[in-house]
Amino acid sequence: MTALIQPMPNATVETKPDPAPVAAVTVRGLSIFFGNHAVLKNVTIDIGARAVTAIIGPSGCGKSTFLRSINRMHELNPDARMEGEIRLFGDDIYSRDVEPVVVRRRVGMVFQKSNPFPTMSIAENVTVGLRLNGERNKKTLAARTEESLRMAALWDEVKDRLHAPAISLSGGQQQRLCIARALAVQPEVLLMDEPASALDPLATQKIEDLIIELKKDYTIVIVTHNMQQAARSSDFTAFFYLGELVEFGPTTRIFTNPAQKRTEDYVTGRFG
Amino acid sequence: MDNHFELGLGELRQKLLLMASRAETAVNDSVQALMQRNFDLAAKVREDDDIIDQFEIDIDDLAIQLLTRAPLASNLRLVTVAMKVSQNLERIGDEATKIARRARDLAQEPPVKISLDLPRLAGMALAMVKDAMDAFVQRDSAAARALVPRDKDVDVLNREIHAALARHMMEQPDTIARCLHWIVAAKSLERIADHAKSIAEEVVYLCEAQDIRHHLKKAGAAPAE
Repeated sequence: MTALIQPMPNATVETKPDPAPVAAVTVRGLSIFFGNHAVLKNVTIDIGARAVTAIIGPSGCGKSTFLRSINRMHELNPDARMEGEIRLFGDDIYSRDVEPVVVRRRVGMVFQKSNPFPTMSIAENVTVGLRLNGERNKKTLAARTEESLRMAALWDEVKDRLHAPAISLSGGQQQRLCIARALAVQPEVLLMDEPASALDPLATQKIEDLIIELKKDYTIVIVTHNMQQAARSSDFTAFFYLGELVEFGPTTRIFTNPAQKRTEDYVTGRFG
Repeated sequence: MDNHFELGLGELRQKLLLMASRAETAVNDSVQALMQRNFDLAAKVREDDDIIDQFEIDIDDLAIQLLTRAPLASNLRLVTVAMKVSQNLERIGDEATKIARRARDLAQEPPVKISLDLPRLAGMALAMVKDAMDAFVQRDSAAARALVPRDKDVDVLNREIHAALARHMMEQPDTIARCLHWIVAAKSLERIADHAKSIAEEVVYLCEAQDIRHHLKKAGAAPAE
C-alpha cells in the first residue's frame, strides 16, 4: 500500500464562469456502471475546497452514486465499474497503488440514517476509527474525542456522560455523533448523504448550522432532496438528472436563475 | 411546487392586474377631475384609494403565504416581484389621490389662464404604467427595458411645465397659490412615471434575473452571488 501524497492547498481549477477558487475534488469524464447500466455519464466537475457543495436531483439521478464514488464506496457493489478520473487535491484516488481504505480516511462519510455502533459508548464511537488505525494513547484519544465532539457541536450535551451508550442519544444527537466520528480521523473532505432527512426541524437546523461551521476547515459535499436545505447550507449546487450533470454553479444563482430549463423545472417542482 | 402553489401564483397575478387596473383608473380620473374642474370625481378618486391600499395588503398576505412554501427560481422571482409591483401601484394610487386633492382645491378657485401640456404629461405617465403592466403580463423583458428611458422624456416635459408655471407666477403673483397646485399635480404625474419605470425594472428582474435598478448595469457592477 502506498500512501497518497500530501494535499496541494494551492491547486487551482480551470477558468469557468462559476468555479470555486480552489478545487478539493477534481472529477473528469466520470462514468459509473452497475453491470451494463450507466448510472453516471461523463461527469466533469470541480468541487471547491472549504465550501459546501450540494448535490440535488430526482431519485435515481445518480447523486448518491456520485457521492460514493468520491471515497470509492460504490466499489462495495461487485458489479460496479468506473471510467474517468477523480483527483483529491491533485491525487488520483483511483490509481492502482491507492487502497480504498486510505481514500476513505481522507474522505469521510455521514449517512442518511445515523448509525452509531450500538454496543459502544459515546466516546468509543468517536474514537473507533482512530483505534482501528492503531492509536492507543489515552490522552490522545481523550483529546481527539473532545475536539471532535466540540466540532460536531455535541460536546456540551454529552460531556458528562461520555461513557453512556451511544444509542441513549436522540436521533439528532446520534447524527452529530456520527459526524464527530467522521471528523475524528481528520478527513479532508466530508461527504453527507441526506444527513438530516430523518430529523425534526430543530435537529435539522443544528446539522445545517454545523455544516456551515465545518466548512471553515473542511470541504463538504452533501446530497439532499430538500431544496431549501441546499439553499440554506451550500455555496455551490450541482443538479444531476438521469446520470448527467445538468448544471453546476453558485447556489444563489442555481436557485434564483438557473441557466438550464431542466434545472428550473426541477427546482420549481415541475418534474422529479 | 404542487398544483395549489400554481393556483396561488395565478391568484397573485390576477390580484396584481386588478390592482393595476384600479391604479390606472385612479390616475385617469384624477387628471380628468383636474382638467374638467370636477369636484365630485376628485372626491371619488380619494375615496377609492382605500381599495388600492387594500389590494396591497392582500397581495402582501398572499405573497407571504406563498413564501412559506419556499418557492425557487422563477417562482421565487415572481413572488418577490409581485410584492414590489404592488407597492409601486399603491404609490401610484397615492399620487392620483394627491392630484385629486389639488383638483378639489382648484375647482373652488377661478381658473388660471395658462396653456399647459399637462394632458400630454398624463398620457405619457399613464402609457408607461399600462406598458409596464403589459410587459409584466407577457413577461416581455425587451418591452420592459424599452420603457425605462421614457422616464427621461417625462422628466423633461415636467420641467417645461414647471418653468412655464414659474414664469406665470412671476408675471401674475395673484395666481401663485393656484399655480403651486398645478406644479404639485405635474410632479405627481412625474412620480407616477417613476413608479412605472420601477415596475418595468422589476419585470426585467422577473424575466432575466438581472437587477438593472440604479444603473447597476451601466456602472458595470456585478450582482452579488
